[in-house]
Amino acid sequence: MKAPLSWIREHVDLPADVTLDALTWRLTMLGLKLEGVASPADDITGPLVLGRVLTREPEPQKNGKTISWCTVDVGEANGTGDPQGIVCGAHNFVEGDLVVVCLPGAVLPGGFAISARKTYGHVSAGMICSASELGLPDDAFGGADGIIVLPADAGAPGDDAFPVLGLGDAVIELEINPDRAYALSVRGIAREAALGFGAPYADPAARRVPAPNDAGHPVVVDDPAGCPVFVARTVTGFRADAPTPDWMARRLTQAGMRPISLGVDITNYVMLELGQPLHGYDRDKLTGAIRVRRATAGEQITTLDGQRRTLDVEDLLITDGSGPIGIAGTMGGETTELSGTTTNVVIESAHFDAVTVFRSGRRHKLPSEASKRFERGVDPELPQAAADRAVELMVELGGATDDAGVTVVGQAPQRRVVTIPADLPARISGLEIDAATVTAHLTAVGCDVTADGERLAVVAPSWRPDVTDPYDLVEEVVRVVGYDQVPSVLPTTPPGHGWTPVQRLRRRVGLTLAGAGWTETISYPFVGEDDWDRLGLPADDPRRTTLRMANPLNNEEPILTTTLLPGLLKALARNVGRANADVALFEHSLVCRPTGNERAPILGVETRPSAEEWATIEKAVPSQPMHLAVAVTGQRARAGWWGAGREGGWADAIGAVRDVARALGVEVEVRADAVAPWHPGRCAAVRIGERVIGHAGELHPSVCRAYGVPARTAVAEVDLDALLEQAQQVVPGPTFSSYPVAKEDVALVVDAAVPAAAVEAALREGAGELLESIRLFDVYTGPQVGEGRKSLAYALRFRAPDRTLTEAETAAAREAAVAVAAERTGAVQRA
Amino acid sequence: MSGPNSEYDPVEVTSLKSEEVTAMRDAALAAIAGARDLEHLKQVRLDHVGDRSPLALANREIGALPPQARKDAGQRIGQARGRVSQALAERQAVLEVEHEERMLVEETVDVTLPTDRRPVGARHPITSFSERIADVFVAMGWDVAEGPWVEAEWLNFDALNMGADHPARTMQDTFWLEPADAALVLRTHTSPVQARTMLTREPPIHVICPGRVFRTDEIDATHSPVFHQVEGLVVDRGITMAHLKGTLDHMTQALFGEGISTRFRPSYFPFTEPSAEMDMVCFVCRGSGRVDEALCRTCRGEGWIELGGCGVVNPRVLIACGIDPEVYSGFAFGFGIDRMLMFRHGVADLRDVFEGDVRFAQPFGVEI
Repeated sequence: MKAPLSWIREHVDLPADVTLDALTWRLTMLGLKLEGVASPADDITGPLVLGRVLTREPEPQKNGKTISWCTVDVGEANGTGDPQGIVCGAHNFVEGDLVVVCLPGAVLPGGFAISARKTYGHVSAGMICSASELGLPDDAFGGADGIIVLPADAGAPGDDAFPVLGLGDAVIELEINPDRAYALSVRGIAREAALGFGAPYADPAARRVPAPNDAGHPVVVDDPAGCPVFVARTVTGFRADAPTPDWMARRLTQAGMRPISLGVDITNYVMLELGQPLHGYDRDKLTGAIRVRRATAGEQITTLDGQRRTLDVEDLLITDGSGPIGIAGTMGGETTELSGTTTNVVIESAHFDAVTVFRSGRRHKLPSEASKRFERGVDPELPQAAADRAVELMVELGGATDDAGVTVVGQAPQRRVVTIPADLPARISGLEIDAATVTAHLTAVGCDVTADGERLAVVAPSWRPDVTDPYDLVEEVVRVVGYDQVPSVLPTTPPGHGWTPVQRLRRRVGLTLAGAGWTETISYPFVGEDDWDRLGLPADDPRRTTLRMANPLNNEEPILTTTLLPGLLKALARNVGRANADVALFEHSLVCRPTGNERAPILGVETRPSAEEWATIEKAVPSQPMHLAVAVTGQRARAGWWGAGREGGWADAIGAVRDVARALGVEVEVRADAVAPWHPGRCAAVRIGERVIGHAGELHPSVCRAYGVPARTAVAEVDLDALLEQAQQVVPGPTFSSYPVAKEDVALVVDAAVPAAAVEAALREGAGELLESIRLFDVYTGPQVGEGRKSLAYALRFRAPDRTLTEAETAAAREAAVAVAAERTGAVQRA
Repeated sequence: MSGPNSEYDPVEVTSLKSEEVTAMRDAALAAIAGARDLEHLKQVRLDHVGDRSPLALANREIGALPPQARKDAGQRIGQARGRVSQALAERQAVLEVEHEERMLVEETVDVTLPTDRRPVGARHPITSFSERIADVFVAMGWDVAEGPWVEAEWLNFDALNMGADHPARTMQDTFWLEPADAALVLRTHTSPVQARTMLTREPPIHVICPGRVFRTDEIDATHSPVFHQVEGLVVDRGITMAHLKGTLDHMTQALFGEGISTRFRPSYFPFTEPSAEMDMVCFVCRGSGRVDEALCRTCRGEGWIELGGCGVVNPRVLIACGIDPEVYSGFAFGFGIDRMLMFRHGVADLRDVFEGDVRFAQPFGVEI
């Protein structure tokens, strides 16, 4: 809400020494947050005066332009009383017009200093100003096409132009929260200013209004719940084409609204002043009585913005004999709008149900100044005063005659009584506030307070429909005392449990990967159908079972992802695209794995959900496991003066998963697999026991191409929750032998298809308890072992816990190992 | 070599003559002294101390002497050999020192060579900063709570006193999930974790909930449809706004330095009443709005930084979550982690947080 200070001060008698800063800070501390102050005059130093154009000689120039050589009466402002000679390039004025003159010595916004200077063969002693030159909106004062031409009666030559233009009148913009709809008006802001400084306040809505009678325009309200109050006033003989007075146009502009025509401007002005949205109808275009009712199915209306809209049966309508003429509280219709030929006006000043207006506004995507106020809550006792104020302005400014008919249908609801213990504000705020102070502050904000023993019965003022609960009153009291008075006290906290085991383990996973040279990323979880194709997922892949957003930011990516790989690959491509060839990324985030049957109930809020209700909520929220994914391309070990580097690849992706598993104390098993998006020959399933928790390996070449990542990019993705579930919470302390180690190497030749893991497992089993460790140190394929065969060289270390092993013992263990490997995998010792 | 001198006859053995032994000894000493290096000395050792060295050979001749002459000869040879051994050991020590000194010179490397053999990794600063914030509360005895991203509409809104027609719903531009009757949203704030916590445990409750949240904001330097919040909730007997203030004062000091004070301004949130916006004194200019005469860039000269919203838990929320507001009261707060990260570390563009460029995360290392 924007409002000029002068307008606010019209209703509150602030002490003279209250600065703008003090006022805006006080308002902020009362809950009306300062958004900004616009005060154009800050950039202007005078003399800026009114002038009357005495003569205007058009002088065509060689460059094709025509300038005007003018003499302008600026009164005594130039010190001589002689007319001021000024060259002007604008054409929208004639002799006798009242204009704004900037005399030599003035400085305009942007540090633009005005002096007498020779131009176009004249000495131009000053400037006739346009709105934009003064830092005002282009179209202020009808100045869109040239200089400002003021109404003839705006002042006399030589008068200071500042007050006439509203310069020097700061416009403050306040952020109004949904609970303070009353402050979407000068009435409300002035009230808060008065509260803030204990200053006298004159309520602009406090006016004597004529009593209702039957002579007014007939109104029928079919839906009193949607429209508790409807006031209709009528004026005749209104001069719709009369100009909007300058002061009104200026205030509307300052408040951020555009002056349109006198009739509309008056209704807007009253809305800004009082907070009551009004609507004016051309009475001669109305057909019979006004009727307020809900729409019927399929009914249509063309709203003021020219849109043809199909109505919903929930929409509350203003209708006449012709059909809908407005959506209540939201926007009027085209057929009955005020026009330049309107002479008889029906002014609608009604109170509409907030929810009804909110829904219509949302349904038709029609946010308006009116609906903004209604949906937050307008003072239901305002309609008569507001209508009366509009009539007054139409009479005063539009030469209208106040019609005797006054229609009032319905009445404002009873004000609510909220009872609170007198000590509640103190108990909740931690401030010391006694009952008398509570009563005084609540009274100051407009409540009627009656003490009843330890309790206070509080009637909230009509403009505060938001005040419904005891705690609402607590806030009112505390904001008057001042939020800055609240002391700082640490609460007593019982001992907690700290991070949960799973949370600590997740931290360990991140530290492990970062320590191993992987960099964490965070990606958006939004993907498109296209991503599944790029990943090469088969049609029945469970990763294609997804939840979609109804209103995605990007229509290409409406899906909540089921895998972290698309995000990771896009980040990888971005890094490579930015000339970082060696990239190793990881991400751990939730993915969404719905069943397709997610339907959440909307429960009541009057009590805690029952166990069954809570179960339905839990069941409706889709499964969202935390996944861990890595992606790597380029060098994993760098080349340098020490030698060659090492390209990252499938082994690094699998290695990352193994590193994490080791850090968590989980035994994972890796087996060959072939699933998208991996290279079918370089894809590993990672298992805990029989459960596959993810995959790792090299990407399929087509996936690399589809995501624009380098060939041989390797990725892994596992269900991190599944890993964490199995994590070893307590590491058993190791025992180890200090007897000498016996080392044995064996080279086994097996079929190329035999997995190394199988050979190792067999060796381990065969070697028995004396085996301390086993390590594959070489893999050889080539002519020496024959086609389709490979040689695996293992270093075995044997050690006993209680003695030095004899050569015979070691040899026996070695032989046993080889024997089992031979039996299980067909391994043959290499000669 | 002479044969054993078994029968006595005072035979002269030339090599055992005093002059000869002295000559051999001197020759050995000269050779030792002249050894240039350890390698050379090794040869000298062979030549003058080895089995076939003149002194060794002479030593064997002692047996050829008549018994009464052996003692003398033995002494002579023994002395000479002792002398040579000692000289050799001395020379050896000297040459070893020389050798090592030379080696140390020769082995000099360019220690300024790069040593970045292994690639560097990092955690994302949002992750580590979230932990750091939560750590402040864990240290006070709070628990860390979490919740899902796809959330029931009822938990995201209704339970938090934001019914279907609450104007505040439009303040949080929500991603709705299909189908329309699923009543599921991407959580617009971490507040549903509050509701989940209250529904699943008994007071006293002290939880901190960092997490990812979603709103339909177009991406720019300060907006993102995905961002992070940290939410705090306390429900206990006798909890007041003063406790909220004390807690947040502690948090800002823990994260931004001693002496950083806070202030409350009235605000509005459906789930708290009274509600406040919290500002903290700018930790860069300490409230002056200026740094070295220039406008403080962190707070844009305001002296204060807006941190987020907070307030006393609205009793309606307690009721919906099954907590008796006549017995308990609570406070809650919620701040933007990304925003805090941005001003704490001078990050200029929020897009960097989500683009995955490793140059963003790497300077932050593994902890903030």
